[in-house]
Amino acid sequence: MATQTAAKPAKANILQAINAAIADAMEADDNVVVLGEDVADPEEGGVCGVTKGLSSRFGDARVRSTPISEQAIVGAAIGASLVGFKPVAEIMLMNFTTVAMDMIVNHAAKLRFMSGGQTHVPIVIRTMTGTGFASGGQHCDYLEAWFAHTAGIKVVAPSSPRDAYGLMRSAIDDPDPVLFIENLPTYWTPAEAPEKDHRVPIGKANLLSEGNDVTIIAYARMIQEAMPAVAQLAEAGISAELIDLRTIAPWDRDTVLASVAKTGRAMIVHEAVTPFGVGAEIASVLNEELFGKLKAPVKRLGGAFCAVPFSKPLETAFAPQTADIAAAAKALMA
Amino acid sequence: MTNRAVPDAGTQIEIYRRMALIKANDERSRKVIMTGRLVMPYYSPRGQEVIPSAISVNLTDEDYVCTIYRGSHDQLAKGLPLKDLWAEVAGRTTGTCKGKGGPMHVTYPTKGIMVTTGIVGSTMPIANGLAWASQLRGDGRVTVANFGDGAANIGAFHESLNLASVWKLPVIFVCQNNEWGEHTAYDKTSNVRVADRAAAYGIPGERVDGNDPFAMYAAAREAIERARAGEGPTLIEAMTYRFHGHVFGDQDAYMDKERKARAMADDPVPRFRARLIADGVASEEQLAEMEAGIEAQIDEAVEFALASDFPGVEELKRDVFAEELN
Ligand SMILES: Cc1ncc(C[n+]2csc(CCOP(=O)(O)OP(=O)(O)O)c2C)c(N)n1
Ligand SMILES: [Mg+2]
Repeated sequence: MATQTAAKPAKANILQAINAAIADAMEADDNVVVLGEDVADPEEGGVCGVTKGLSSRFGDARVRSTPISEQAIVGAAIGASLVGFKPVAEIMLMNFTTVAMDMIVNHAAKLRFMSGGQTHVPIVIRTMTGTGFASGGQHCDYLEAWFAHTAGIKVVAPSSPRDAYGLMRSAIDDPDPVLFIENLPTYWTPAEAPEKDHRVPIGKANLLSEGNDVTIIAYARMIQEAMPAVAQLAEAGISAELIDLRTIAPWDRDTVLASVAKTGRAMIVHEAVTPFGVGAEIASVLNEELFGKLKAPVKRLGGAFCAVPFSKPLETAFAPQTADIAAAAKALMA
Repeated sequence: MTNRAVPDAGTQIEIYRRMALIKANDERSRKVIMTGRLVMPYYSPRGQEVIPSAISVNLTDEDYVCTIYRGSHDQLAKGLPLKDLWAEVAGRTTGTCKGKGGPMHVTYPTKGIMVTTGIVGSTMPIANGLAWASQLRGDGRVTVANFGDGAANIGAFHESLNLASVWKLPVIFVCQNNEWGEHTAYDKTSNVRVADRAAAYGIPGERVDGNDPFAMYAAAREAIERARAGEGPTLIEAMTYRFHGHVFGDQDAYMDKERKARAMADDPVPRFRARLIADGVASEEQLAEMEAGIEAQIDEAVEFALASDFPGVEELKRDVFAEELN
């Protein structure tokens, strides 16, 4: 696309990008297999259709719908990966990872270490989540901190179709388990389409806008809330730098530290509840590394510390919004 | 059942060799801990020797096995070298896992020992994945998932048997029913025999005397042949008895003394030994020589392990991911 300067850039949404990434990986490597509830075409390629078309194209053996058995899904992915397969397992919603935590935390994340490197678990666990669709307390939590707190598993959360494609390809290539978090409410937002075989390295953040006064670190849907905030801040004469973390574990310390060393002010924004979250970890590292250079205490903006509420005004208020981000940045400047 | 497979004389001797190895290794393990030469969590498999010995003579190195913390019998029967085992349980760099796994996580892919887990019930979901890989490749391998009677009450058991049935996976679920889950007797936790649960998943289930090498051999062989032929999984409930407390140091006051005495008086290892001699399959001298050889190998393995180096602290940063942590 980059060479066709005259043509309008092609558009795609995140759902299509993930579908294309898995298809291209399956095309490139017979060892890539897909499993999960409803993932095959007779079951419509998943509740949102992310894996639609894959079983028709690559066969029922490589794309298998499963019983509603999250431990069995992750276990089967782990077992097949131990002997050379590269399974992409879907755990439909992130809250459902909680019933497969033993497989993910005690096994997928630890088998390489506990076996002294004799075995490893190259699986991708895809999972959808995110507030905004009125799904209440058990269907849209962001639990990334639980996994980031576990040694041996990588965690990514793309915010654009290009990153979704590139990170999925990298996740499938990766020799270790990767939890791939998909924001469900923004699946269908069109943006620049990814190029085939493009990779986004795991562990590399994306500098979305440059600024000198304050660094805003966010990921997943919070990028969509932060972008307009950056524009509003510019109007108010505040130059904000926006970093899309993209990978939560291992996060890109170099990019974040360089930015905050420059701006002296930082804010981390996520949809997950604030206490003990990713923001707390990043704030702590900024404090350790940049104490003395900080012009203001590092700010965390996260979800309210409650179950995600159903009622629309409450759900909207639960997660950080553009106005909250802009206001918090202004407060940091005060 | 009539016309069941019978191990030939050579196979009977091989089953006995594996049983004798497991028994001798267990006795040495307890002695080494008792004398303070080694500190480790130790879950004795004593009393359960027949099960993996009679199963594993029907397997090759290419077949996979998953086992649990109480797993040294399964590992040794599958061919884990003694030196690698001892160095691992001693936490040395020469161990199978460089000392990073320990007794509860012994792994040795060379002999198909893919996972040893400390989490009750967790062999089964992963065994399915190994079996799925064999099914996808059509490589004819089978996977054996070992677990205890207690593990039959964990959700993973249900999820795994169901999936294996629906996908017709080449996996054999081996429940080693030793009548105890930690301090709780099996009959207090289940109203249904484990083997009978197979019916719920539409797969064959058999309750077998896990201390009888002939019965165990036949049940395992049939299940393995079915799996290799693409006919799907089998659940075997192998009845046995745990001779010691749950973990080394457990005084087992909760175990019925008479029941235990009866089980120990009917020790399957000397029982099979006597049978081999009575049937003229092996001579006393032959078996005595075999046992002496095993003792010598264990001597060598223990000394090798205790003389080996501990891993360096740089290992904390290795094997977390493919790339070393910085
Ligand atoms: C999920 C889980 N729950 C509890 C424990 C603690 N625990 C370890 S062994 C054990 C008993 C298991 O009994 P059984 O499955 O019969 O195996 P056995 O020890 O008799 O071989 C328990 C409760 C555990 N390791 N994992
Ligand atoms: Mg038991």
